Amino acid sequence: MAQHAPAAAHAHDDHHDHKPHGWRRWVFATNHKDIGTMYLVFAGIMFFVGGLMAMVIRLELFKPGMQFVDPLLFNSMTTMHALFMIFGAVMPAWTGLANWQIPMQIGAPDMALPRLNNFSFWILPFASAILLLTLLVPGGGPAGGWTLYPPLALQTADAFPMTIFAIHLMGVSSILGSINVIVTIMNMRAPGLSLLRMPLFVWSWLITAYLLIAVMPVLAGAVTMLLTDHYFGTTFFTAAGGGDPVMYQHIFWFFGHPEVYILILPAFGVVSEIIPAFARKPIFGYEAMVYAIASIAFLSFIVWAHHMFTVGMPLAGQIFFMLSTMLIAIPTGVKVFNWSATMWKSSMTFEPPMLFALAFLFLFTIGGFSGLMLAIAPADFQYHDTYFVVAHFHYVLVPGAVFSILGAVYYWLPKWTSKMYDHKLAKVHFWLSAIFVNVLFFPQHFLGLAGMPRRIPDYATQFTDWNMVSSIGAFGFGLSQLLFPYIIWKCVRSGAPAPARAWEGAHGLEWELPSPLPYHTWETPPSAAVIARGAEH
Amino acid sequence: MIRKALAPIAALAAVTSLFFSQGAHAESGWHLLNMRQGVTAISREIYSLHMLIFWVCVVIGIVVFSVMIWSIVTFRKSKGAVPDTTMVHNTKVEIIWTAIPVAILVAMAVPAAKTLVQIEDTRNTELTIKVTGFQWGWQYDYLENGVRFFSRLERKADAARQLGSGVDPNTIPNYLLDVDNPLVVPAGTKVRLLITAADVIHAWWVPDFGMKKDAIPGFVNEMWFNVDEDKTGIYRGQCTELCGRDHAFMPIVVDVRSKEDFQTWLKATAEAQKQAAAPQPAATAHAG
Repeated sequence: MAQHAPAAAHAHDDHHDHKPHGWRRWVFATNHKDIGTMYLVFAGIMFFVGGLMAMVIRLELFKPGMQFVDPLLFNSMTTMHALFMIFGAVMPAWTGLANWQIPMQIGAPDMALPRLNNFSFWILPFASAILLLTLLVPGGGPAGGWTLYPPLALQTADAFPMTIFAIHLMGVSSILGSINVIVTIMNMRAPGLSLLRMPLFVWSWLITAYLLIAVMPVLAGAVTMLLTDHYFGTTFFTAAGGGDPVMYQHIFWFFGHPEVYILILPAFGVVSEIIPAFARKPIFGYEAMVYAIASIAFLSFIVWAHHMFTVGMPLAGQIFFMLSTMLIAIPTGVKVFNWSATMWKSSMTFEPPMLFALAFLFLFTIGGFSGLMLAIAPADFQYHDTYFVVAHFHYVLVPGAVFSILGAVYYWLPKWTSKMYDHKLAKVHFWLSAIFVNVLFFPQHFLGLAGMPRRIPDYATQFTDWNMVSSIGAFGFGLSQLLFPYIIWKCVRSGAPAPARAWEGAHGLEWELPSPLPYHTWETPPSAAVIARGAEH
Repeated sequence: MIRKALAPIAALAAVTSLFFSQGAHAESGWHLLNMRQGVTAISREIYSLHMLIFWVCVVIGIVVFSVMIWSIVTFRKSKGAVPDTTMVHNTKVEIIWTAIPVAILVAMAVPAAKTLVQIEDTRNTELTIKVTGFQWGWQYDYLENGVRFFSRLERKADAARQLGSGVDPNTIPNYLLDVDNPLVVPAGTKVRLLITAADVIHAWWVPDFGMKKDAIPGFVNEMWFNVDEDKTGIYRGQCTELCGRDHAFMPIVVDVRSKEDFQTWLKATAEAQKQAAAPQPAATAHAG
């Protein structure tokens, strides 16, 4: 059996014991699994930090009137909730999954640039700490929204340079992480594993990494111009000095729209791994799936101004951005249809990862529908900056990105730990999450359509009922997530041993590796036969 | 184990029941589910576009979700389903499910673009008002008539909305949606707004008029509305671009009157403002 050879080599390797132990194992980590673990743990902590901020928001919005926080602190909470969830939770979670999975899935011993990998992780805790500390400086945290629109953002007090420095650091981390992903995928695939035989998760990450490298510098440029406007007398975005506040929005959303696909494309990859595994059937239309991800990535560069339909664009601009945005529905539709076709004439079982993937399928599609509605520019004049938008992007990001991250962890955890978690508890976690996420976000569609603006700490009394429902959903969703670390902790401590191929229908090179995993993942590349077995899509 | 997991939910229910007990509010909001049709031709057109795309989504949703649910119910291993592992690709089907969305999108894009053209047609306006957003209120300036005034959150609501004021917002009529001086406009008239801002970006939105537009310092944005002749009354909206601490507290109220009533109001207001602006000593001398 070909897959036993690397394991034997490992036992020998471990004997020499040159790998660092104790705190050095983590601080000086160069092993993709250790770094992946750190990314995921960090993302989990940030998920709860950002979640706590969301709880403050929903607590204040439980009923009209100001009960708990000053409006400025409320604005800080919405701003930082977004920054922590995007840059602290979802993006690092994807990088963590990339670190764990890419070497395993392409038959590589590790990531191509292990020290760079260590550096790109260790930037993050410092960046997040700086961002969190802004809450303690005079004037409070950033409160102008995560988009940092000038001139409002320029009114931020001492938190301003700290926020921008934190964003720069997170951007550097993302760019370095992406370089590593691209170099690894391009250079370290096992011989015979051509690009179009790669698992879809690897494909989705390859494309995501290019998006990141393309747009993170744009964000860095935009926030640097904000910084010089604030401290060095430039007037890039200040009308009084001949600058243009709308230009910032164009630059920001040129980053911002690809950014939202950076958050969701790896989710497409994960779902394309999980559904075939539990449907016991190869993914339908593998190549179409690859091309769909690539088209979505391309389109993401030419739709940015749909975030700005109300700034007063020329008619031609509005029509262009409306049409280009509507086009996104086509590759996205292809993906949803292909996932559905994968389930057709399959043989499904419903373990926790599959439940999360199925919830993704339904709820992400609902988020897609509201996205299509938002694309219609005249209707967007009514939807824009209301809770309808909040409902839309939370549907694509929570039951979309977050559910697929949870599903991915439940899918691969038995491989990482070689132990199985408590399925019953994980299903409780799933059902509570799936129910409360809808209680939380569905009523926000109603609130937005009824005319409630977003980013307000207090509202007219007719919005009370649905806000209460939404808040109850938020508290329920937040509390249910506490189950997740408990389930993982229990699995690591006392989970039953899991076989090397933890799921009956799971394909892919990661399941060809022995459990527990060898220290250097694929010390010798998998043989052609193993690749052929693993690369059945 | 399930009971243990549900314990926090029970605690949550207890806490929320405490919240609920603190006074029921006057008017139920459960029926507020959809966009309003509004009182202008454009707002109704936007509403019908919204309903059209909504029903398109509902129909697609029914088809797609039915296939998914059918698969989930039918193709179960526990029911002895055997996977058809040869089913990996079908060019004909893939072309069909790419072409159908294209057709739907084209069908949607045409009416949407037509409405956009109408919205952007700012010719033949009959009254121009300059709207300036500031932190945190609005200034209205009737350019042709010399009438100008500020419009801010009504005082009682402003007191009630302070942190820990102890005032129940439900006791205040139109809480956060009322101002001291509403914008007054005539019905049946194409009113043009020139929108700008004094400090940061704001956005002017009255849902019943169907349009919102950003108020940006250094820019003058244009927007128009024409309220139906028979739809006089009070219409309310809010600032819809985050503009700092009191973003939630800068409502917009528009008092739509008949053309005659509007003219009367305009004359009276212009007169009153002229007198108020007149130099004080002269007035005293005249009286003396």
